[in-house]
Amino acid sequence: MFNLFLDDAAALVVVLPLLISAIIAFMPSKIWPWIISLVTLVLHLVLSLNLLKEISISGLIIYEFGNWEPPWGISFKIDGVNIGLQLLFSIFALISTFYSRKIFLSEIDSRDSGKAYSLWLLAIGSLNGIILTNDIFNLFVFLEISALASISLIALGAGQNRKALLAAFNYLIIGAIGATFYVIGVGFAYAMTGTLNMNDLVIQLAQYSNGQLAIFAGMSFMLIGLMVKAAIFPVHIWLPPAYSYAPSAVSTLLAALATKTILYFFVRLLYEVFIIYPSYLSLFLDFVLYPLSLLAIFIGTLIAIYQDDIKKLLAFSSIAQIGYITLALSLKDHSGITSGFIHIFNHALIKGGLFMTVGYFAILQKDRVTLSSLKGFGYKYPITSFALLICGLSLIGLPLTNGFISKLYLFQALYTNQMYFSIALVAVSSALAVAYFWKIVEQMWFSEIKFKSEKEDAYIYLPILIITVSIIVFGIYSSPIIEFSNLSADYLISGYQN
Amino acid sequence: MVGGLFIIITSQNYLKKVVGLAIFQTAVFVFFVSLAKVLDGTAPILTKIANAYSNPLPHVLILTAIVVGVATSALGLALVLQIYRNYETIEEKEIQSLELKSDK
Repeated sequence: MFNLFLDDAAALVVVLPLLISAIIAFMPSKIWPWIISLVTLVLHLVLSLNLLKEISISGLIIYEFGNWEPPWGISFKIDGVNIGLQLLFSIFALISTFYSRKIFLSEIDSRDSGKAYSLWLLAIGSLNGIILTNDIFNLFVFLEISALASISLIALGAGQNRKALLAAFNYLIIGAIGATFYVIGVGFAYAMTGTLNMNDLVIQLAQYSNGQLAIFAGMSFMLIGLMVKAAIFPVHIWLPPAYSYAPSAVSTLLAALATKTILYFFVRLLYEVFIIYPSYLSLFLDFVLYPLSLLAIFIGTLIAIYQDDIKKLLAFSSIAQIGYITLALSLKDHSGITSGFIHIFNHALIKGGLFMTVGYFAILQKDRVTLSSLKGFGYKYPITSFALLICGLSLIGLPLTNGFISKLYLFQALYTNQMYFSIALVAVSSALAVAYFWKIVEQMWFSEIKFKSEKEDAYIYLPILIITVSIIVFGIYSSPIIEFSNLSADYLISGYQN
Repeated sequence: MVGGLFIIITSQNYLKKVVGLAIFQTAVFVFFVSLAKVLDGTAPILTKIANAYSNPLPHVLILTAIVVGVATSALGLALVLQIYRNYETIEEKEIQSLELKSDK
């Protein structure tokens, strides 16, 4: 029985959350939806670990839905590129679900808890689908399910602040335009090749070796659509309000996982499919993605310095961090892709941890967390504040934290490509990150007033501590993350050289 | 397609933006369906007289995309309704001035 369950692990990691989501949608209970979600995600983790075991033996799993063979049927593909991300996704989804309960209870109407967890699982399932799918149209469907689920989750923040509605609405409009652009691109690709499967697409596109205008148009539409969804610099405007007005638990999930999965697919499309037109690819990477990433890093950091609202500050720093990732990915070589993936992993942990701590502060003081409201929190809530300090130092990239590993590899990759200007810019913006983070530290520990420490809730600080400890552990013993990233880069680059 | 996009960008009314989005998406759907036409092709039902069939796959894809589009519009309209309940207006400019006032 259990073996039968494991046989379909590749499909079940997506199907299970989606199914359970439908079941718990109308549960009136306050606690059962949470327990069921937690159990679902434990199963999800078991399935992911099983996938890891299978991958370490065979190296590639292609799951065909309904046994329809790939060019015709929809298939999921799991290989060295996405297995690491799948594990991270599974673990983080579990931790943030554990964290979310108390936060949801205080931020939304408890009668809505069933609906909230239904949307929560819907978002998790569909984002997981983005990681695994091997079909470009299927991706669009997952993209839209995840977008609609996260929009509804963001709108749940309206109980706290009505601006959440505007943020959700803007995300809906901009996100839908992005997704529709992507579909236009898929249409062009389908018209030229008659296939939607990514592996088959490569083979079919190879016959137009000189390239045709329709294909380039299609590719550009797809890339622009995905850039909107991944919040790459000039089309990022939906992200800061959406993250800052969403309920705190939702910001945690979205900031850590949503943009990362889409970035992952973006990379895969670039290096697995569009690689057959090296000239187009290097044009896009050198003249579009590279300058935009530099702008994102610089402008994102600058705006973050001037934010008073901490969640907004974190959201703008996310823009800069996405810039670091795309900068690394635009380098076209093994070291660049490796460092990009390392930062995808590390940033998911760091930003997840930061949003968790800030979310906890928000429910403690029952108001939005601004700089001045953090006064003396370092003494008042020592455990959570300590976690915030560690996550923040890691965001800057101090040694002994995993942020340092990211920066180290990024500098190495830039250095081998002799991009000294970018090195300088990354260094400057890291220094600027110190500026906005120092403002927080100053308020928390160096204010005149001394507070007695108050009791903190173990249900909330336990997941925060897990993240914090893992940040330090991966800062010292970083080989798992580096190995997974190397594996991803190996798989992608082997396609690049053929 | 461009018409829909134009409405989304220029209109100040949130409801109109949702409608513009629907027009934009429908235009893309029609584009997809037009890809399916095969010269001299008939409906893809197996008969003896037909010698060419239209490609049914884009229709199927668009069926999925229409469902997604309906869900998007429905969610958009629901959000507009909630915005109206909270702000008593759905004009972008009025909401912005309201927000500026509340920030002060």
